[in-house]
Amino acid sequence: MIDALTALLGAENVLTAKEDLVPYSFDGTATFRELPVAVVFPRTTEEVARCVKICREHQTPIITRGSGTGLSGGTVPTPGAIVLCLVHMTKIVEIDPANLTLRAEPGAITADIDAAAAEHGLFYPPDPGSMKISTIGGNVAENSGGLRGLKYGVTRDYVMAVTVVLPDGEVATFGNACVKDVAGYSMKDVFIGSEGTLGIITEVLLKLLPRPEARRTMLATFSSMEAAAETVSAIIAARIIPCTLEFLDQMTIRCVEDYTKMGLPTDCAALLLMETDGHPAAVEDEANRMAAIARSHGAMEVMTAADEAESLKLASARRSAFASLARVRPTTILEDVTVPRSHLAEMVTFIAETAAKLELTVGTFGHMGDGNLHPTFLTDERDEEEMKRVHQALDLIVSKTLSLGGTITGEHGVGLAKKMWLRDQLGDASLNLMKKFKETIDPDCLLNPHKIFD
Amino acid sequence: MSLKKLDFSILQQCMHCGMCLPSCPTYDTTKRERNSPRGRIALMRAVATDEIPLSQSFADEMSFCLGCLACQSACPAAVDYATLFETSRAEIEATGVSVSAPRRLLRFLTLDLLFTRPRFLRVVGKLLRFYQVSGAENLVRKILPKRLRELERQTPRMAAQFSNDLIDPVESGDGSSKKVALLTGCVQDLVFSQVNRDTADVLLANSCEVHTPSVQPCCGSIHSHNGEPGMARENASRLLDLLPPQDFDAIISNAGGCGSHLRHFSKLLPNEPRAALWDAKVRDVHEFLAEIEVRSPDVAPFEEEKRVTYHDSCHLAHGQKVTLEPRQVIDLIPGIERVDLSESDWCCGSAGVYSLTQPEQSQLLLERKLGHIRATGAEILLTANPGCVLQIQNGMPELKIMNPVSLLAQAYRNESKKL
Repeated sequence: MIDALTALLGAENVLTAKEDLVPYSFDGTATFRELPVAVVFPRTTEEVARCVKICREHQTPIITRGSGTGLSGGTVPTPGAIVLCLVHMTKIVEIDPANLTLRAEPGAITADIDAAAAEHGLFYPPDPGSMKISTIGGNVAENSGGLRGLKYGVTRDYVMAVTVVLPDGEVATFGNACVKDVAGYSMKDVFIGSEGTLGIITEVLLKLLPRPEARRTMLATFSSMEAAAETVSAIIAARIIPCTLEFLDQMTIRCVEDYTKMGLPTDCAALLLMETDGHPAAVEDEANRMAAIARSHGAMEVMTAADEAESLKLASARRSAFASLARVRPTTILEDVTVPRSHLAEMVTFIAETAAKLELTVGTFGHMGDGNLHPTFLTDERDEEEMKRVHQALDLIVSKTLSLGGTITGEHGVGLAKKMWLRDQLGDASLNLMKKFKETIDPDCLLNPHKIFD
Repeated sequence: MSLKKLDFSILQQCMHCGMCLPSCPTYDTTKRERNSPRGRIALMRAVATDEIPLSQSFADEMSFCLGCLACQSACPAAVDYATLFETSRAEIEATGVSVSAPRRLLRFLTLDLLFTRPRFLRVVGKLLRFYQVSGAENLVRKILPKRLRELERQTPRMAAQFSNDLIDPVESGDGSSKKVALLTGCVQDLVFSQVNRDTADVLLANSCEVHTPSVQPCCGSIHSHNGEPGMARENASRLLDLLPPQDFDAIISNAGGCGSHLRHFSKLLPNEPRAALWDAKVRDVHEFLAEIEVRSPDVAPFEEEKRVTYHDSCHLAHGQKVTLEPRQVIDLIPGIERVDLSESDWCCGSAGVYSLTQPEQSQLLLERKLGHIRATGAEILLTANPGCVLQIQNGMPELKIMNPVSLLAQAYRNESKKL
């Protein structure tokens, strides 16, 4: 098989030495590790299709990978698998300002896509934490979210078409540049968020928006998490949809400040990062009203970013929250539970109480506007006893989330990290249908096996 | 020192989030994980846990790493990559996986002989100067084979006078209120001794009494980066004896590469009580000037206004986190327009001896840097590390390159001319 792949791609695009493979045995998720048998770097859709056919002949599973920043173990190899890495397919093929679309190869970096759109006065809103290095193929496969989910939605809302190499090596395109299209099942939606288990995305057609003319970023500090949560509810009740309403708890604020040294207030219990964008007059009005609401709901202080550079600094500080928390302890276990917004304060309190009860250190941050929380346990994987308590805490948090009508994962995917809870959320009928789907499209279970479910 | 003996939590600190990937010049070139910071840390971890042997392939990877430390600036999790990298290189040397006779001889001549004996280094410097100005150089260039000829051309031009010819051991102006020690470096001493003179002048102009011992040991940075911690420790001890930190308000370095190493003597010498005080007193000269609120010159350094741009040396920006201060110093000088350089803190490919050990990658980085410099339209490039100056000058001989301190010194000198 290796010979056939080498003949197809050239020796420089097929890695098999152990020193080359070790760095592909993990992604951005803690504790999961497994060596692949090889890593291959195709550069065209045609090459991907031929790789799939070769692997199928040898019944070798394929793990599709971009930059490997996933947070659910989705690109961790399974035993005996090859990694198919698309980081050389980085072209932004075309921007069509007349139809507001952008066509890109799967290895294009998310931030580069938005930058390319910006050159035409356009905007690609989804902005996952790792957007500086995450690939668009990975974003689509995971249906990634980001800081702007509240107003702009998630990756799915911007995918108009995908070109996919199917498990039998055939190439299919689902969707097109039409805003309206009801011809048959919406198959593109099956592949968005499929975590590499149904097909390999080799090209995407994205929807763009006009770039907002103005933006205002504000920071509000609170002496309690409840006050921050009430502020968020009040803003939404006042019929304002800001593009960002992010919160950090005190542990997270301290770690982020330690990293960025930007002078964040480390003595408050919660910090709210608020951003509104759009027409300058609307932005001005919304910003003033949001600041007033924050003050009337107990904000200790409300600060406004002086300019675009400071806004960007604040947003990128928030994006560093997860990795900044890793300063405290050797192992960082990140969760992604999401509840309906109205239950957010209750959930945050429950997380803090659970951690205290089990004597664990936790930092919580997340997207307060859309109910998506990232409780992050700071621990040490070598301490078996403590790890047991961490898993206990995770089970409790998941049960609570589900009892509130929430989901086990808002934006990171199920992968390996969350599959033990999937049945609890979906129930038998729903999960069995998903499995039937997988068996129909990938009967030999070659694409990213044992991810999402077994 | 070995990866196995190292505190495992330093390796574990990397949670492989991938935030380092876009900052790494080698990953940017190859897009292979092993050529990235988190990939290299994964390999170190695999060596520490016996998953892979300490192989030639591992040694090659550590040689391919620039050690630019851009990943440390990018890392939200505060991974101590410098320690991991230096430990790996030390272990590679100690186990001898990359041993060959010519490599061993070269390392002996440079690390053991030249860079531990400052007087001998100056003698070699004088001989080299004679070779370069006597005409012997032109003769030799005609007969050298191509590869050696290219190497020979990279030999820096020795200065006519070294730092001890230009600076007295103790100098002070009127009403000196601060006592500082000035480190003259090795390459800086032999090739850019005028930068040392300029540094002393600027310090004198800002009420400092400047102590510059005429013979100074190498700081040991080159030994530490190249896997010889023993020699690095020896040099550090000699510096502590020569310049006891309790005697000075600050210890001034003007070379980014040295400064980054000089701040970590307490890590190198954990049982040496003076080391922590030393670390606390080491300052890059620009950092020190910003701290003492350097006097703004009244006069411009040149007759006409000049456009300049600033290149961050890796070990000043990423190793020492000094990025604002050099720009502040430049912006104080009248008649100077500073424009931003794109990717100003992206390595130029100099990286110690990288241009010799990894010529291809070094050349790629140099060309990328030169492209950005040309795009600024600047007449003068300002930077604060001799390695960067040599590398960039090699690629663009017509460009004027200065240390920001030298520009400031020139402006001060013009003040006295005008009086």
